[in-house]
Amino acid sequence: MADQKASTSIEAVESGLAAQGYIASRQIATAVYLSQQIEKPILVEGPAGVGKTELAKAIAAWRGMKMIRLQCYEGLDEAKALYEWKYAKQLLYTQILKDKLGEVLGGAQTLHAALDQLHDFGDVFFSKEFVEPRPLLQALEQPGGCVLLIDEIDKSDAEFESLLLEILSDFQVTIPELGTVSAITPPTVILTSNSERDLGDALKRRCLHLHIGFPEQRLEERIVESRVPGISQALRRQMVGFIHEIRSLDLKKLPSVSETIDWARVLVLLQASELDSEIVKDTLNVLLKYEADIEAATPQVTTFIAKAARSNVFG
Amino acid sequence: MRENLHRFFRAARGAGVHVSPAESIDAMRAVAQVGLSDRAILRDALLLTLAKSQDEKLALGDCFDLFFSQPEPRQDQPEADNDDTSPDADQSPPSGAPGDAGEGQPSQGLGPLAQMLLSQDRNAIAAAIASASGAASLSDIRYSTQRGIFSSRILDAMGLQRLRDDLDELTATNPALAERLRAALDGLREAVRDTVSQGLALYAREEAENLRNEILRNAPLARIERRQVAEMRALIRQIARRLRERYSKPRKRQRRGHLDVRRTLRRNAAWGGIPFLTAWKRKHRDRPKIVALCDVSGSVAQVSDFFLLLIHSLHEVVDDVRSFAFSSHLIEVSEILESKSPEEAMSEIMSKVGFGSSDYGSSLVDFEKEFMSTLTPRTTVIVLGDARSNNLDPRADILRRISERSKRLVWLNPEGRLAWGFGDSEMPRYATFCSVVRQCATAQQLERAVSDIVATYQ
Ligand SMILES: Nc1ncnc2c1ncn2[C@@H]1O[C@H](COP(=O)(O)OP(=O)(O)OP(=O)(O)O)[C@@H](O)[C@H]1O
Ligand SMILES: [Mg+2]
Repeated sequence: MADQKASTSIEAVESGLAAQGYIASRQIATAVYLSQQIEKPILVEGPAGVGKTELAKAIAAWRGMKMIRLQCYEGLDEAKALYEWKYAKQLLYTQILKDKLGEVLGGAQTLHAALDQLHDFGDVFFSKEFVEPRPLLQALEQPGGCVLLIDEIDKSDAEFESLLLEILSDFQVTIPELGTVSAITPPTVILTSNSERDLGDALKRRCLHLHIGFPEQRLEERIVESRVPGISQALRRQMVGFIHEIRSLDLKKLPSVSETIDWARVLVLLQASELDSEIVKDTLNVLLKYEADIEAATPQVTTFIAKAARSNVFG
Repeated sequence: MRENLHRFFRAARGAGVHVSPAESIDAMRAVAQVGLSDRAILRDALLLTLAKSQDEKLALGDCFDLFFSQPEPRQDQPEADNDDTSPDADQSPPSGAPGDAGEGQPSQGLGPLAQMLLSQDRNAIAAAIASASGAASLSDIRYSTQRGIFSSRILDAMGLQRLRDDLDELTATNPALAERLRAALDGLREAVRDTVSQGLALYAREEAENLRNEILRNAPLARIERRQVAEMRALIRQIARRLRERYSKPRKRQRRGHLDVRRTLRRNAAWGGIPFLTAWKRKHRDRPKIVALCDVSGSVAQVSDFFLLLIHSLHEVVDDVRSFAFSSHLIEVSEILESKSPEEAMSEIMSKVGFGSSDYGSSLVDFEKEFMSTLTPRTTVIVLGDARSNNLDPRADILRRISERSKRLVWLNPEGRLAWGFGDSEMPRYATFCSVVRQCATAQQLERAVSDIVATYQ
């Protein structure tokens, strides 16, 4: 039955990613599975450090594909994202052309006619020969396919989005001088965004929309287990429980998965066997990046440790 | 199942999630992949394909839970492999006699509905209600006033007529049983009423919202009530989004990065044609620069408020906006609008220039003195006002100079054409220098006016 197959395949995605150290929620795995089946890009939104970028890397590693990354920033344009003409090479050729000028322009009577004739040579300069492919074009040209990561799309200008539309829906781009380049094998496209600005509907319509939030407690424990194998199960539970308590506070910046992992590493380094308020207070700056946040959390430390311990008993 | 999905899309729209045909096709493809048996996976798949933000995901998740808490409208055969071929017509309630539940066999000779009610088989009853809801097209319900109609349609579809006959007969032959049946019928009515309410919650919101928006779009901006201002602002933002969408679409990409062979050679003639200085073909795009002059006196103020909100949310399609507000004199308000929330900005602007009696003449003098130089042949000037200047000198000459210096001069007047020129309206005199004058009293007219302005630059 189709249904049977789907849930097995989704589980296969989960375990495939897990083998690469990436612990995916069922929802994430379903997104990856569906994007493959219906050939749509995934737009991943969510707070910093929840594993958006890492997801793309894990997919690539799992499938044994190359990952091509386009990091977005303000002012990113076609020339950096799609392709650029090899100016140096073009110039060199104009030099050669100049040497042959007499030959080429032999028939021209006036300077004007000569220039016109020369102008026609423009086309030679704008052939495949002179194209320098940038990440987007590279991704289309991978014979075995690839994972194309368009990272932090919200940092690019709104206009840049329109450049992506054709690639996202048809896996092709049109280069005015050359025509349309279609993907040899459609790449798996992952776009990430921290929601710094609203993305256009046209872009969103072309993607599956995946929101990754802070993981549930059990899932986060598994993530820690995968990333910091040296930590004991008891401490892992305690520390993740503690972080979940911290996330209930109204802070400037809540600790994310990346902070959880960093903290776990620090705790292992310090050879902690369990949480106590002293060690937590000493290492709170690993979790919280703002002085004000640390101040707000410090008075709660003892309570939170106790709560985390209690939830362990029932967990 | 396809039928069911379509009803779900409808419910999703009702929950405020925008579901376009393209998205519904994606969703159906996704569902074809993951199947229906695992509700959790089905839910994920629909959320992934239909929702476009976290807010929409929450709304859609709730909608999914509500939708699928209703029993399926048809009795499912142990779901055959192929989803699309479920038999279409199943008008009659489930036929299976409820077996020999009940005392003895008093229900002999009764209609199927009566038998079902007496057997108190709650699953069968729920399934029958769902099936009858389908037959009565419950998903077409739009207004709460339609509850009664839909309830009785559903009851009819379930066989109420026959039940009444049965009741009549039983009252004579077996009053006790009739009593039981009557009580069961009351329970049934209640259950049907609940189903209809749920249907109303699921399907009617979209229509209510559309209707509301439609009314709002055509309401005179100047007379919006205080409590609707926020709603109107939301509508204006929606309009801005739509305009941005429409006009920041990829203009056909230009050939770019071109070495301009002609100009390169010409420039380098002095070096014997060695390309030392290069010349590139440049791309430039034409986007409007807008200068807006807004009357904020009296009743025009409200319209200006919405207009300014709209113009200032068009970043992606407009190069540069400078805004000025006036009643008896004129000041620039671009700063205030860019740095404050619409509410704060408007109250600050009003405290600076609002509430005066308008004097178009001296406001135009103010503009000419300080800001005339901001106008270029690429500028579109938009004046928003009723051109009522309390019989003071209108200084149409300045407006003429404004129009000469700019690309276009557009006048938006909240008053209807009929009022132009009557009383102290200087509209006809000003109109001679305008590229276009149009009425602009509602959100819809505002949208069209601004859309046309932007479109002329495409
Ligand atoms: N589900 C997970 N399984 C394993 N590791 C994870 C998971 N989620 C996050 N991590 C780890 O957390 C760290 C942060 O992840 P990543 O850089 O992908 O975050 P991000 O969401 O892209 O953040 P930003 O928005 O700042 O770019 C990485 O070291 C990654 O390995
Ligand atoms: Mg990242």
